[in-house]
Amino acid sequence: MIAVIGEKLLALAKKLGQTYYMTASALAWIFLAPLEKKEIVKQTVRIGVQSLSVTSLTSLFTGMVLALQSGYTSKSLFNEPLYVGSVVGFSLVKELGPVLTAIVVAGRAGAAVTAEIGTMRVTEQIDALYTLGTNPSSYLVIPRYFAFMIALPVLTVFSDFIGILGGFMVSSVKLSVASSVYFDDIFNYMEVKNFMHGFIKSFFFAFIIATVSCYKGLYAQGGAQGVGKATTESVVSSMVLILAIDYFVSALLVAVGIS
Amino acid sequence: MIDIRDLVKNYPPKKVLDGISLTIETGEIFSIMGPSGTGKSTFLKCLIGLNRPDSGEIFLDGRNIAGNLSEKELQEIRKKMGYLFQEGALFDSLCVWENVAFGLKYLTGIAPEKYFDVACEKLKMVGLEKSEYLKISELSGGMKKRVALARAIAPGPSYLLYDEPTTGLDPITGEMVAKLIKEMSEKLKVTSVIVTHDVKLAMEISDKIAFFQGGKIIEIGSPQKIKNSANTVVREFLENCSCQAGDS
Repeated sequence: MIAVIGEKLLALAKKLGQTYYMTASALAWIFLAPLEKKEIVKQTVRIGVQSLSVTSLTSLFTGMVLALQSGYTSKSLFNEPLYVGSVVGFSLVKELGPVLTAIVVAGRAGAAVTAEIGTMRVTEQIDALYTLGTNPSSYLVIPRYFAFMIALPVLTVFSDFIGILGGFMVSSVKLSVASSVYFDDIFNYMEVKNFMHGFIKSFFFAFIIATVSCYKGLYAQGGAQGVGKATTESVVSSMVLILAIDYFVSALLVAVGIS
Repeated sequence: MIDIRDLVKNYPPKKVLDGISLTIETGEIFSIMGPSGTGKSTFLKCLIGLNRPDSGEIFLDGRNIAGNLSEKELQEIRKKMGYLFQEGALFDSLCVWENVAFGLKYLTGIAPEKYFDVACEKLKMVGLEKSEYLKISELSGGMKKRVALARAIAPGPSYLLYDEPTTGLDPITGEMVAKLIKEMSEKLKVTSVIVTHDVKLAMEISDKIAFFQGGKIIEIGSPQKIKNSANTVVREFLENCSCQAGDS
């Protein structure tokens, strides 16, 4: 029993060490080699475009369901759909927008990154990079860090916007709330710091997705089956970490007054 | 010249390389043969720094490269070496000429605007003119090997390391790759180290052959010496491989 626990702990320590090494190496290579600008642009466009439709749909329906639920709840309590815009706006901008966008991007683009790098690992393409004088950190990892750090915040802002529009559609069609009332609810009560709360969190989520997806790909083993396993693990780990880190970053931001 | 002394590499509990010592002369075609799992590819990867040996020395042109080298020092060593991977290891996201030109950026001082010309020249050398813009997925196994060879020779290395260059190829394409290896060795005056199961290839083009078994060299010498070896493992291996070649 103790031996099994010990083995698991050692395996965990090894994984943490490898993750730290990969991240530290990527940071070091930002300064050691010229940035692969072409690759950064290519990956940013790829991650952004790949995820745009699915994040838009997710936030659209999230905004719609938030408006529906909050509208009908307040209607049953106060006979009127009150503060629908505020509920939709605050929920989306501070929490659901960044978190759901990050989860969708982890499932869509994070999985693709792990599968791509994992395939490169098992087909010796990573070794080939070394023999051609290129460090994988510089060519593969850094561009993907930059790409996630650029694309995810942009997608988050876009999702916030689409979600609010979704909420507006339901509140005006189903709940008969005037557009001026809906948007006044948002703009009268919401401040820039509320928006910043979610926006800042998206950078942390981008860092998590980039780290997990690159790590799982670089350390994939055992052919096609290994790549499949690494991809699944990448998505699951990213999602769990996003939700866990969300709490701690939210608490931190509230503590420093960005709430 | 590559001088290897008492090279040891373990993947616990297995001892993959168990005190390998040999010398590869400049300009030589040196083949390493032996059954699967006897450390041939590990040995080749130690030469280019993809694997770090546990102990022993590898002198490349007089400099020991087996120790703890920095990334920059390794890069300097890799400038002298080209590596042909077993499955080619071509980058799927790039087209043929981009693959061939990939090493030029970090391993040479060639101006970026000349990359395409250099790639075309190397592709011509391996008989793949007018395939510059093909995708990797559009290539046959033999073409992939030749593109990989063009990529390996593009930076102008002094040493070429081949990992199973004819595996998975039909006999005619295998023959063509063997010819190319010989040609590259003569035209470019490179030293070639070949890991192979292909007895015919090794016997035809090698100057010297080392036979690995259980991480050790059990026979080394000219192709003629290997052919006439009294060692039963070597004899069995050669007979079985010759039979298989005859069958096919």
